[in-house]
Amino acid sequence: MIRLQEVEKTYRTRRGDLVHALAETTLEIGDRELVTLVGPSGCGKSTLLKLVAGLVPPSRGQIRVREQPVTGPFPDVGFVFQQPVLLPWRSVLDNVLFSVEMLGLDLRQYRKPAGDLLELTGLAGFETKYPRELSGGMQQRVAICRALLPDPSLLLMDEPFGALDAMTREEMSLELLRIWEERRKTILFVTHSIPEAILLADRVVVMSPRPGRVARVLRVDLPRPRTMELEFDPRFKAHSDEIRSLIFAGRKERP
Amino acid sequence: MSAVRRLLGEAVVPAATLVLALLAWEAATWAFRIPRFIMPAPSAILGEGWEWRYRFIEHTWVTLYETLGGFALSMAVGVPLAVLIVYSPRLRGAIYPLIVLTQSVPKIAIAPVLLLVLGFGEIPKMVVAFLVAFFPVVVDTATGLAATPPELLDLSRSYRASAFKTFMKVRLPLALPFIFAGAKVAITLSVIGAVVGEFVGSDRGLGYVILSSTSYWKTEVAFSAMILLSLMAIVLFAAVSLVERVVCPWLATEQS
Repeated sequence: MIRLQEVEKTYRTRRGDLVHALAETTLEIGDRELVTLVGPSGCGKSTLLKLVAGLVPPSRGQIRVREQPVTGPFPDVGFVFQQPVLLPWRSVLDNVLFSVEMLGLDLRQYRKPAGDLLELTGLAGFETKYPRELSGGMQQRVAICRALLPDPSLLLMDEPFGALDAMTREEMSLELLRIWEERRKTILFVTHSIPEAILLADRVVVMSPRPGRVARVLRVDLPRPRTMELEFDPRFKAHSDEIRSLIFAGRKERP
Repeated sequence: MSAVRRLLGEAVVPAATLVLALLAWEAATWAFRIPRFIMPAPSAILGEGWEWRYRFIEHTWVTLYETLGGFALSMAVGVPLAVLIVYSPRLRGAIYPLIVLTQSVPKIAIAPVLLLVLGFGEIPKMVVAFLVAFFPVVVDTATGLAATPPELLDLSRSYRASAFKTFMKVRLPLALPFIFAGAKVAITLSVIGAVVGEFVGSDRGLGYVILSSTSYWKTEVAFSAMILLSLMAIVLFAAVSLVERVVCPWLATEQS
């Protein structure tokens, strides 16, 4: 589905300094795979998402989505960010419809699917509410519905649960898995949380910083459907230890 | 109970303070025999103001007209200028220093020259009001437009929405609270600008009334005109706030 070939990203800051955001990266992500990117700040996780979405061009290398080279933004992508960034003057339903509106699609055809998505995420009955009337977790669900509505095959999530409290976060992770089971998207999911990365993923891409690069790609050896109880599984602990050692080994190398 | 207490705090206490201050003022002018051309008593101001009521209607109308004209100009020029500044770094480099320059010159100093160039009548006063008022509109609108969360811009770009669509559906509505903040400052500054314009040269308007009545020692009339001016500023400010609440209803509930 996605293929990054020797992709590198260097950009110039406003002061003129060169920042090596992502060192040569080669990565392949299969159709309907759920891949998490985990690593400390500044390891190029968000840059990688933006590169895949075509929002920024790579300095070197090539990115292909469905064998098509990515040259700019393409509409087959849904984005979810750390902040829900809903529009406060729009109702929940109109916020969900925002994506198809921006895509220039026929809104009438999407009212029913939007309702279905709200139902799927447990927001049925909230269509006419406004974002300020919802909790952080519910707002993020609206953002997920907005991303899913045009039915993209690729979902890019940049720390989507990072701003939520720990309990809501676990709940949302399981809910995302449920949505994924039902809608089967290819998901690229950036997170700071190692347990979250393992719980969700088919494969975990461990990244290390300065310059950002892929330290290792791990296949998660846990059965689906996943539950919170898996955290006590010895395999879960083994994965988590491995990821932790990769991240901290990278840290020690720094002068 | 709490509603009563709130009413007491918000309305009764300030009103009572005002009445007491006015009474003290009234008493002081009698007790110390202050000449009325220096400091007239509130009762004298009200009495003389009432005498002048018909003439005041005309003068108030003139000043209101100039104020609204200046305000409209500052919005009509300020908002598009801010859009240009935010969207084009090159224009920003060209326009911004000029705007700051116009702000660094005291408007009272430009007013005589402006009147010399533009002549008599209401238009030059509107221009003075505009010059005083447009700066906060530009700055606040530009700040608001620049404050669009980068995520929303990325989102719009990933949906390949045009820049115009993104502006109309995302950036402009998100900037509205900032634009209204600028408009509220601009409306009060417009009143000041109109009066400054009238001071420099006019034969109508509340600013003219203040200037001419003080030169005839009719201080009560000057005070009445001042009261009318501040009432005008308050009413105009409230009107802009009302429009804000109608246009951005999501703000009122957000704050409460």
